[in-house]
Amino acid sequence: MRVMVIVKATKNSEAGVLPSEELLNAMGKYNEELVKAGIMLGGDGLHPSSKGKRIRFAGTSREVIDGPFAETKELIAGYWVWQVKSLEEAVEWARRCPAPMPGEESELEIRPLFEMDDFGENVTAEVRERDERLRDQLSRQTQK
Amino acid sequence: MSVLTHAAIEAVWRIESPRLLGGLMRFTRDLDAAEDLAQEALLAALERWPETGVPDNPGAWLMTTAKNRALDGVRRAKMVANKHVQLGHELSTAAAPDVAPEVGDDVLRLVFVACHPILPREARAALTLRLLGGLSTGEIARAFLVPETTMAQRIVRAKRTLGEARVPFLVPEGEALLERVPSVLEVIYLIFNEGYSAAAGQDWVRPELCHDAMRLGRVLAGLLPQHAEVHGLVALMELQASRLKARVDARGEPILLMDQNRARWDHWLIRHGLAALERAIELQKPLGAYTLQAAIAGCHARAATPEATDWLGIVALYDALVELTGSPIVELNRAVAVSMAFGPGQALGLVDELVEEGVLERYHLLQATRGDLLEKLGRAAEAQQAFEQAARLTKNARERAVLLERRAALRHKLAGDLN
Repeated sequence: MRVMVIVKATKNSEAGVLPSEELLNAMGKYNEELVKAGIMLGGDGLHPSSKGKRIRFAGTSREVIDGPFAETKELIAGYWVWQVKSLEEAVEWARRCPAPMPGEESELEIRPLFEMDDFGENVTAEVRERDERLRDQLSRQTQK
Repeated sequence: MSVLTHAAIEAVWRIESPRLLGGLMRFTRDLDAAEDLAQEALLAALERWPETGVPDNPGAWLMTTAKNRALDGVRRAKMVANKHVQLGHELSTAAAPDVAPEVGDDVLRLVFVACHPILPREARAALTLRLLGGLSTGEIARAFLVPETTMAQRIVRAKRTLGEARVPFLVPEGEALLERVPSVLEVIYLIFNEGYSAAAGQDWVRPELCHDAMRLGRVLAGLLPQHAEVHGLVALMELQASRLKARVDARGEPILLMDQNRARWDHWLIRHGLAALERAIELQKPLGAYTLQAAIAGCHARAATPEATDWLGIVALYDALVELTGSPIVELNRAVAVSMAFGPGQALGLVDELVEEGVLERYHLLQATRGDLLEKLGRAAEAQQAFEQAARLTKNARERAVLLERRAALRHKLAGDLN
């Protein structure tokens, strides 16, 4: 299974405080472990939300909102994508991560990526086919 | 704190067991003994951890526990064979496992033991999955579609063979290393293909093998970062696997590469695979066989639409692959690429040469390809014959049906043209 491991934002990350050399080293070592374990597919750190934008949908209106955004705890500061055997394995790897925001309370959140197979037997051939058609249309639109 | 489940301990086990086994092997020099000790440590963890939680350094905990068990065993026996006294001595004087600098080396040694050429290929694959993939015998048996007892015997026999041959627990060096790496890569690719060829079916256990193989490949790339072909193999597996979900339709019928919905390709795998390919190309020229195949897969992966495929590039890569392998099947694939790059006429000449050579005369895809080229050239009567011959040669019912359909379609068209 594939999971996204999300590093939650904190006051410091939102303030654009850069990680210390010590943390960079520890994270570098940790990332190397993930690579050597063969589970790492990718990942990136994100700029603070002050450099981001939001698009709010309400009815037919599309409102563009500039960052920063207030709800720090709901923001993200980075992510990895891992290929693991089970959610428990992802938890075990996440436990081994150096505290991503030293001096502050911080969180990692693990979320499995959706895969068609997750729907199990509820996915009939027809549903699958509809899904295929939809994706097909989408890919044609994006290719134009 | 949440309740510690069996699954959580199993997850730790999967992560730690190769290092644990490798470390124990260094002392016991005996796969059976190392596995027994590791199992005992696992049992101890299953007993203790639900109460105490997973320790901060579970790897070190497991290693210490395993070593203590070994020492207990020695003490209990009081008078034991020399070998065991020695073992106890070595264990008690060994450095703490968490400061051992050669953990990676231990795992790599384990790789070379599991993939030793003295073992049959299937046994190598099974042992590799068990020792390095952390899979249970039952899981391996299910993946290879054999009864668990058969797989257990296969593993026991393999371990006995290794013991009797006194296979050393060493990473080969220099020339010897270069000689042995291909046999490791072969095992990993065998595991991958076992999963890949089954992935079109309903069984979800076997496609999981593709992930196991890719993971083993990435682990190996971490252990042997300077070996271009290891990265080449990782790239090849990832780029091939990126198409897993797109290659069958809703009814389970296969979809050809050129007809696949590219939006369904796995873009995480493509990204990672292309990066691995780049590393392989940087490390070694001329390119090795896995890297060349990965580069061909990479040309497809980079093309957003079938029309955007770099066929000239693919032909050049096939040129190199033909030179390297001398394989007539690769030559046939090259002919297909030539047809896309330069037209069916030129490709037909190459295929006819292969027909004359006669080496592929029992290979249905030779005539199937020939039929396809003849059809494109408007030579319908000859194409019909080729499809018929191909249909006779294939052992796969579905493929036969497709070939006969194509022949029938040509016949109808011919009849229509005459009217």
